[in-house]
Amino acid sequence: MPLSDFQTVIGLEVHAQLLTQSKIFCGCSTAFGAEPNHHTCPVCLGMPGVLPVLNQRVVEYAVRTGLALGCTVKPTSVWSRKNYFYPDLPKGYQITQYDQPICEWGELVIDTPSGEKTVRVRRIHLEEDAGKSVHDASASAGQSLVDLNRAGVPLMEIVSEPDLRDADEAVEYLKALRDVLVYLGVNDGNLEEGSFRCDANVSVMPKGSTTYGQRCELKNLNSFRFLKQAIEYEAARQVDVIESGGKVDQETRLWDVNKGITRSMRSKEDAHDYRYFPEPDLPPLLVSDALRDSQRQSLPELPRAKRTRFMGEYGLPAYDARILTAERPLADFFEACAKHVSDAKKLSNWFLGELSRLLKEEGTPISALRFTPAQLGELLATVEKGTVSANAAKDVLGEMFRTGRPPADIIAEKGLAQVSDVGAVEAVVDDILAKNAGEVEKYKAGKKSVYGFFVGQVMKAMKGKGNPGLVNELLKKKLGD
Amino acid sequence: MSSLTDLSMLELAAKLASREVSSVDATRASLQRIAQVDPKVRAFLRVDEAGALKSAEASDARRKAGSPLSALDGVPVGLKDIFLTQGVETTCASRVLEGFVPPYDATVVRLLKEAGLPLLGKLNMDEFAMGSSNESSAYFPTHNPWDLTRTPGGSSGGSAAAVAAREVFGALGTDTGGSIRQPAALTNTVGLKPTYGRVSRYGVIAFASSLDQPGPMARTVGDTAALFQLIARHDPLDSTSADVETPDCLTGLEDGVRGLKLGVPREYFAEGMDPEVAGTLRASLEELEKLGATLVDVSLPHTKYALATYYLLASSEASSNLARYDGIRYGQRAKDARGLKELYTQTRGQGFGAEVKRRIMLGTYALSAGYYDAYYLRAQKVRTLIREDFTKVFQQVDAIVSPTSPVPAFKLGAKVDDPLSMYLMDVYTLPCNLAGLPGLSVPCGFTQGGLPIGMQLLGRPFDEARLLRIARAFEREHDFFRRAAPV
Repeated sequence: MPLSDFQTVIGLEVHAQLLTQSKIFCGCSTAFGAEPNHHTCPVCLGMPGVLPVLNQRVVEYAVRTGLALGCTVKPTSVWSRKNYFYPDLPKGYQITQYDQPICEWGELVIDTPSGEKTVRVRRIHLEEDAGKSVHDASASAGQSLVDLNRAGVPLMEIVSEPDLRDADEAVEYLKALRDVLVYLGVNDGNLEEGSFRCDANVSVMPKGSTTYGQRCELKNLNSFRFLKQAIEYEAARQVDVIESGGKVDQETRLWDVNKGITRSMRSKEDAHDYRYFPEPDLPPLLVSDALRDSQRQSLPELPRAKRTRFMGEYGLPAYDARILTAERPLADFFEACAKHVSDAKKLSNWFLGELSRLLKEEGTPISALRFTPAQLGELLATVEKGTVSANAAKDVLGEMFRTGRPPADIIAEKGLAQVSDVGAVEAVVDDILAKNAGEVEKYKAGKKSVYGFFVGQVMKAMKGKGNPGLVNELLKKKLGD
Repeated sequence: MSSLTDLSMLELAAKLASREVSSVDATRASLQRIAQVDPKVRAFLRVDEAGALKSAEASDARRKAGSPLSALDGVPVGLKDIFLTQGVETTCASRVLEGFVPPYDATVVRLLKEAGLPLLGKLNMDEFAMGSSNESSAYFPTHNPWDLTRTPGGSSGGSAAAVAAREVFGALGTDTGGSIRQPAALTNTVGLKPTYGRVSRYGVIAFASSLDQPGPMARTVGDTAALFQLIARHDPLDSTSADVETPDCLTGLEDGVRGLKLGVPREYFAEGMDPEVAGTLRASLEELEKLGATLVDVSLPHTKYALATYYLLASSEASSNLARYDGIRYGQRAKDARGLKELYTQTRGQGFGAEVKRRIMLGTYALSAGYYDAYYLRAQKVRTLIREDFTKVFQQVDAIVSPTSPVPAFKLGAKVDDPLSMYLMDVYTLPCNLAGLPGLSVPCGFTQGGLPIGMQLLGRPFDEARLLRIARAFEREHDFFRRAAPV
């Protein structure tokens, strides 16, 4: 059977670092990038005698996420210990949730080429992160160093059912999930710093089959591109194995970025026995009705709902609506600006064009913008009225972006206002036509392509400030059209 | 030969209050006594002479200024080496923690410091509190002051021996399956295992988290009550710490047992008990009856499963709790290990003693895939049944009375090679831990050969005050606590 006769089946396990100030079981900071072992205390170092105390904010965030994904939030869930030895695991076990997670059975709707698709979310559970082993620092040969700044950082693991059918769907799901978490304010969506990362369970089966094939787990995919590449490679590999008469082994595999292949990390045989059991140092995790209700009431409008509303309310195309709603601050700012403009599509063009270019180039977050929605509205109105040209308006926006000064001030100071005075424009038009009598002859003889030359000359003479409508009107009149 | 060290904690506290003696006097007397008898008893792993004297001087200064911190300000005590003490080496009597100087105090240690008690040093114990004779200490066994050829019991044997030998006025121990009560019974001292959650476990090196509970050990019931009141506090650093009021155990202490119903569980008076222990206990029960209590025959039908349940659960938790001793961050590290796996296996192989290894292996097995349901999970279910047994009985009676240990202090070395018979030492004490209840051992007599015998009282959750009151009613009729060990 060729590759096209097989169906890929994918489930994702997503690890998202929760945006708390302090760790899950102690008061240490979760800030990224500190000196090694700077954000540590006896508790997260796993010193003898220490005990965990749960950070309640972590519970709020998990409940919030569960509600946003339509999960059942369990009134009682249980902490467990996952036991294994590793130098960056200070206690010799990780505190996590095992058979009784905090949230279960939700869903996330994604877009596919064949329409909307609902992906089931099996569970959401909470756990502590481990530290980091450093093998290549300034240590002498053969030594490894351990940095425990991350040990105890709160993580939320979101596990999907194997409902995804190709790499693009997997990427779409991961993006949609990231958008939701970022919207909720529970995660920063930063794949590069590892605060949002993903494992993929991939298997293949003959098309039409209802029995899943043997799956392999692809670990630590930290970009959308790697996720897509790894799944595609892995599915093809598994088909090859089956085609050549082999059997796919259950194993954990790594994506080798340099070679563009997946390779075996460990097989089922040397998989750990984690000896899970309920964590005796922590009572069961109770979620009160009050907490659940307050989280439900404070849920924001989620990206998908917002996108639909943007299309309806502002008459925007799907493409625009998706980009504008991908991040909550951008969407909020757009809506604030929309109150001050008549044409939302024109506003959207500015957002997708000039504004996003500036944001990207300057690396400025929306929250740090210096100008107000009203000022942007004013600028657009100025363009609409023909007071400034679209090109000049870009300069004005740039200046507003950098300084936060009102557009009228900038236009006045830079002399960017268009000349709409009929007398002034007429004088220049007359002058240009007089200076180029030969060209005028050619035009009148039928060479209409010269028209652009006249416009260019007039605009040049007016340093770009001539009102284009007026320039055209006068030129045509003088040329006898 | 009444010396300062013969005083009870409350007697000493009275003399300190009246300025008859100073804390420095008392601390010096203790240090002298330690120098005199500890070479024979070997209760101390480390004596902190400088620290204790400094703290005593501070106490005297406060006294002079009229601002003592607590009723026991200035009374020197000792600590089982399981309690983390900032700046003082803490090993849990294990090689694996040799040289470990904690950067923080256990909550109970902090509370004692805040109450102004000079801390004389760290007392010997079974390694990681695993054992019933103090012979599994990685350093040396402690000897019973009543007969130096015998064990003081364990795992808080160092604490019990130091109290019995008058080296300290009181001490803290921990009780996971009887480790406060059994050594108390074997050394003619009083030991209280509080309700689980009553005393903070923060900074107490974990053996079995769901069972461990720190508690006081002293020579009299009153001392035990006074020390208990200092450490029974809600602690936000321990998520299993109960948010209940600190009890007043001293006010009603002399109220007697008249009108109380005391349950006598038939399963605790079955075969296997030493005849002298059995006889003494029966006599003690009659005495309690004479004092006005009503004895009620009760049954705790799941008692016979308690030992197996306990060793499965305690070992399972221990196998996980002891995983952190890997040589990476503190304590001892194998010198010549090549590679990570060798570092682990050699560090742990060299660092842990036989009993600890035995329990780690038992616990690892019980938790492993394929055996979890048959062992750990089943043990949890039986634990629930044992708890329910107690709940039912406590609907009928106010407290339960039983022997503490089936036998008096045994010879050092007698059970070392027979772990199973050693485990039987806890047969009367550990159901109480499984149920999370308070338990107390009070001296109730001596064998013909002069070895102490203890009586155990078990109570409802957070009912320590009543146990102390019953024990005090009994104690008042005797002079056991005045009898000094012949060391």
